[in-house]
Amino acid sequence: MSALPTRRQEAFRYADLAALEALWPLPVQEIRVAAGEQGASAVVLDGANDAAQDIAITLGDGAEYDLRLLNAGSAYGRILVKVTLGKGAKFHLGAAQIAGGEQTAEIVTEVVHAEPDAVSSQIVRSVLGGKATGTYLGRVVVARGAIGTDGEQSIRAMLLDRTATANARPELEIYADDVKCAHGCAVGELDQQSLFYLAQRGLPPADAKKLMLHAFIAEAFVGAAEEEALTEAALNALDAVL
Amino acid sequence: MLKIENLQASVADKPILKGLSLTINAGEIHAIMGPNGAGKSTLGYTLGGRPGYEVTGGTATLDGTDLFELEPHERAAAGLFLGFQYPVEIPGVSFVQFLRESANAQRKARGEAPLSGGEFLKLAKEKAGLLRMDMDMLKRPVNVGFSGGEKKRAEMVQMGILDPKIAILDETDSGLDIDALRICGEGINAIMRKPDKAVLLITHYQRLLDYVKPDFVHVLAGGRIVKSGGPELALELEEHGYEAVAA
Repeated sequence: MSALPTRRQEAFRYADLAALEALWPLPVQEIRVAAGEQGASAVVLDGANDAAQDIAITLGDGAEYDLRLLNAGSAYGRILVKVTLGKGAKFHLGAAQIAGGEQTAEIVTEVVHAEPDAVSSQIVRSVLGGKATGTYLGRVVVARGAIGTDGEQSIRAMLLDRTATANARPELEIYADDVKCAHGCAVGELDQQSLFYLAQRGLPPADAKKLMLHAFIAEAFVGAAEEEALTEAALNALDAVL
Repeated sequence: MLKIENLQASVADKPILKGLSLTINAGEIHAIMGPNGAGKSTLGYTLGGRPGYEVTGGTATLDGTDLFELEPHERAAAGLFLGFQYPVEIPGVSFVQFLRESANAQRKARGEAPLSGGEFLKLAKEKAGLLRMDMDMLKRPVNVGFSGGEKKRAEMVQMGILDPKIAILDETDSGLDIDALRICGEGINAIMRKPDKAVLLITHYQRLLDYVKPDFVHVLAGGRIVKSGGPELALELEEHGYEAVAA
């Protein structure tokens, strides 16, 4: 895939192609986890420059991988993750996107359950302010014969301003019976009732908002090996867009 | 302490409170009773400043300060506590974290020194003990997974920590079993029955008033107080119903 993609390609529908052109072609980072092994990594895009990453993960039978993404700060930040799961493999994604101003942040995932009994879970939390755009396109494919699959996507985006845009599209492609796939997707604003509750206890509105957004973003990094460092980096990014 | 005069308030352009007047002095406990839809919860929310509850006339002052000139968090710092009928669940935010921030935000607004982590935990532990609540529960996210009774006890713990001048408690007794009712009632007495504090209990039933003895009882109907009296009025209501007593 050396030619610059077009917006007709689903995975690039919301991409900033001008920014991408300068970065193209993207080297693919290959991660292979052998059968029964475990691995984990975190990708943090928090520089001011445009950045795009293309990650391909292959998990052998019974292998496990924990991937965390923080996509914040870049004018254009894109992370593409393709995962192929072997029999009984486990994959967890926890991702946070934080964008303000004119920033564009996107995470595109394709998780293929190629063999039976694999488990995948994805949690993506986006906070978008100003005129920023945040996108999550996530496809879960359950191959023929991949019975006993358990695939879950929890996608939530919070808009700080009415001028911000969130695109969220969890997608399932299932070619096997006896699978368990669920996705939840919500784009919204902070709950007014909760904000009033916090205010009634004495928290000024800006502090109440911050407290709730911190909790919202922190969900992406629960249980990560570098949970504290990732959460702190995310909260710093959040404070920059508030 | 709290002086409400001819208060009128609307929700979604529908008038709910239609000229409510009530004066509560320091050291007093008042109970407001009334049928569903009378405007009891609206009174609490309007005084607390909940968005969507629009004051269309009248005044409310707390120790001379116009409440309606203040934002909700400023009303809290001025000493107004609203106990919610349905306390909100806030995932990911722990009680101790948010209460310490809240208490210190209030102290800052009043020009007082903030509580240190240690001081706050000591205070929280003491108040949790009053309500027989385990400190571990306060380390959990706000109200998440709490039973109805636990939520109400947690409201009272918050009241104890924040130490308001006046507490407006909206159906604190709803959803409580007999033991929890007694514990909440004793908690309210321990925290709020003091010469410099006051309480407004909003309730449907006499049962909470067995534990927290009111000095005054008012009947709210159609957005106004239609009858006031002493504690005997609550018993009369319980026996004969709102319609007979308020008619």
